[in-house]
Amino acid sequence: MTPVAEGAALVGFLAASVRVATPLLLAAIGETVTERAGVINLGLEGAMLAGALGSALGARGGPWAGVAAGVVAGALVAAVFAAWVVGARVNQIIAGTAVTLACVGLTGTIYRQAYGAGGAGLSLPTLGPLAVPGLSRIPVVGPALFAQPALTYIALALVPAVWWVLYRTRVGLALRATGEASDLARAAGVPVRALRFWATVFGGALAGIGGASLVLAQVGTFAEKMTAGRGYVAIAIVVLGRWHPAGVALAALLFGAATALQFLFQALGLAVPYQFFLMLPYVLTLLALAGAVGRAEAPAGLAKDE
Amino acid sequence: MKSSGLIAGVAALAVGLGVLAAGLWLAGYDAASALAALWRGAFGSWYAFTSATLVRAVPLIIIGLGIAVAFRANALNIGAEGQFYAGAMAATWAGLHLAGTAPAIAIPAVWLAAATAGALWVLLPAWLRLRFGVLEVISTLLLNFVAESLVSWMVQGPLQEAKRIYPQSDPIAEAARLPLLPGTRLHLGAVVGLVLAVAVWYVFRRTVWGFELLATGTGPRAARVSGRIDIGRVTAFALLWSGAIAGLAGGIEVGGVSYALFQNLSPGYGFTGIAVALLARLRPLAIVATGVLFGALEAGAGAMQRDAGIPAVAVYVVEGVIILVVLLADAMARRARTAMVLPDAEVEPA
Repeated sequence: MTPVAEGAALVGFLAASVRVATPLLLAAIGETVTERAGVINLGLEGAMLAGALGSALGARGGPWAGVAAGVVAGALVAAVFAAWVVGARVNQIIAGTAVTLACVGLTGTIYRQAYGAGGAGLSLPTLGPLAVPGLSRIPVVGPALFAQPALTYIALALVPAVWWVLYRTRVGLALRATGEASDLARAAGVPVRALRFWATVFGGALAGIGGASLVLAQVGTFAEKMTAGRGYVAIAIVVLGRWHPAGVALAALLFGAATALQFLFQALGLAVPYQFFLMLPYVLTLLALAGAVGRAEAPAGLAKDE
Repeated sequence: MKSSGLIAGVAALAVGLGVLAAGLWLAGYDAASALAALWRGAFGSWYAFTSATLVRAVPLIIIGLGIAVAFRANALNIGAEGQFYAGAMAATWAGLHLAGTAPAIAIPAVWLAAATAGALWVLLPAWLRLRFGVLEVISTLLLNFVAESLVSWMVQGPLQEAKRIYPQSDPIAEAARLPLLPGTRLHLGAVVGLVLAVAVWYVFRRTVWGFELLATGTGPRAARVSGRIDIGRVTAFALLWSGAIAGLAGGIEVGGVSYALFQNLSPGYGFTGIAVALLARLRPLAIVATGVLFGALEAGAGAMQRDAGIPAVAVYVVEGVIILVVLLADAMARRARTAMVLPDAEVEPA
């Protein structure tokens, strides 16, 4: 390959990494807050799917109306989940599985009801790339990082914002105390259950944006089960990022890069069946978990029914 | 206790179907004829019951039993879908190489290959949990995606049919196919499901290993400090057996229903199987009943789509709602019990 072609392939690889990472990062940053409050939400896949369909339906009023509808849909799904696990204190794994199952059915039914059995020809107004003046001119990194749809910038901005709230505010302290030692937090006057509820709803809202970014900033249409396990992957990313916003951002980008490798290798003309590239991100995540988790500690109260 | 569980289950089914009917009515469908189609598809005739409902119930029951083995030990195996596919791949490979043998050899050989593959598929998560403390919820889940890609490669690569046109394998040898109940599509796998349910029940109730498994699941700290139970070993074996059983379900599906490997062999049996096991509260004999119930729902869903034009996926809403209602009923029963035992204690700490 010529140096110019190599450079183009590298830019393409980096841009694709960030593009793949965006919905995962949005969902994972939200789930970080949820898990820091002591709740693990396997309904995240369902919330993301609901966000995707919500954004497709809402986009009739323009792409940003779609994003708003995605947020509401994701938050509603998480609110149902939270009512069960925080309100009735049922097993979180089981409730999350049930919520995702119901969402698969609900989104599939609503989608076919709204667009007919085939559902073909659904094309939506999308969020195009938004070049950041100046920064997008930086060689290689510029076009990869700073010529992305607006939702990518929102995802990246949420990383320091969530870090600041978690580690520099009273609410963040109360939230972390809730996840580590709910009895002590309660004795200190922290409204444990309210915090858990809203932390879960926040996670669902961000998963909803994640679903919306998939529809409005990437695919441009909705399809049944289109999240294809990204909500579950986001939960793995939270663990891989050790429940810390910066770590989670890094883990999401790593997963994005592992997925984008297939574009790079295709450009290099490697004759490996494409299915192995599809497996690669999951296998790498699994291996990375083995290296990362041994030293990291989950919030002590995670997934406890109290 | 048992009758209250049954009442909660029936109530949950009623709520689930009620939600479905209300949703269909709101969406402008004829809810009554939809539910009638659901019933006809599941129980309308002997053929519908055996060849639609029970044929779908078999993988759900077997996977549900595997889930129960893991969940009872508090090892949350969410990867039954992947283990099912691992079993299906191994069964297809074995079934293709068994032409000319007697069924009495070919069928057990296929089952053995399938169960072994399922156990191998969960070996890595079991090891990662013991060695590095990686949550098996995450690792088994991730391997589902790997299994799907692997099947996709198999049916376009090493196991693709000789004509190399469609992404599917050649049909397995006649000898490896399961005998059918005359006049129906119901196969020997139904007997396997029943025998396995009794076997798992016996292991839970009557064996030392079953006791260790339940002790590990209910009180891991008590089990550990007792010094007699090796928690890690019990957890690992629970995961391996769970994977083997889910793999067997994949082998039985290939041997009894599809006779070949396809990319979408499982319409999410691995996930629905979790719901089946949980609804039965992880009790082996009850899993047979909930498996038939969910088999009926999925069979009826097909008829609902055919006859009333309602998307079959709508039954997933019913399944999800059923689990949520049962969870709620359990939580309320638990609270009532606590209130009775400790009348003066503060029941509601928050």
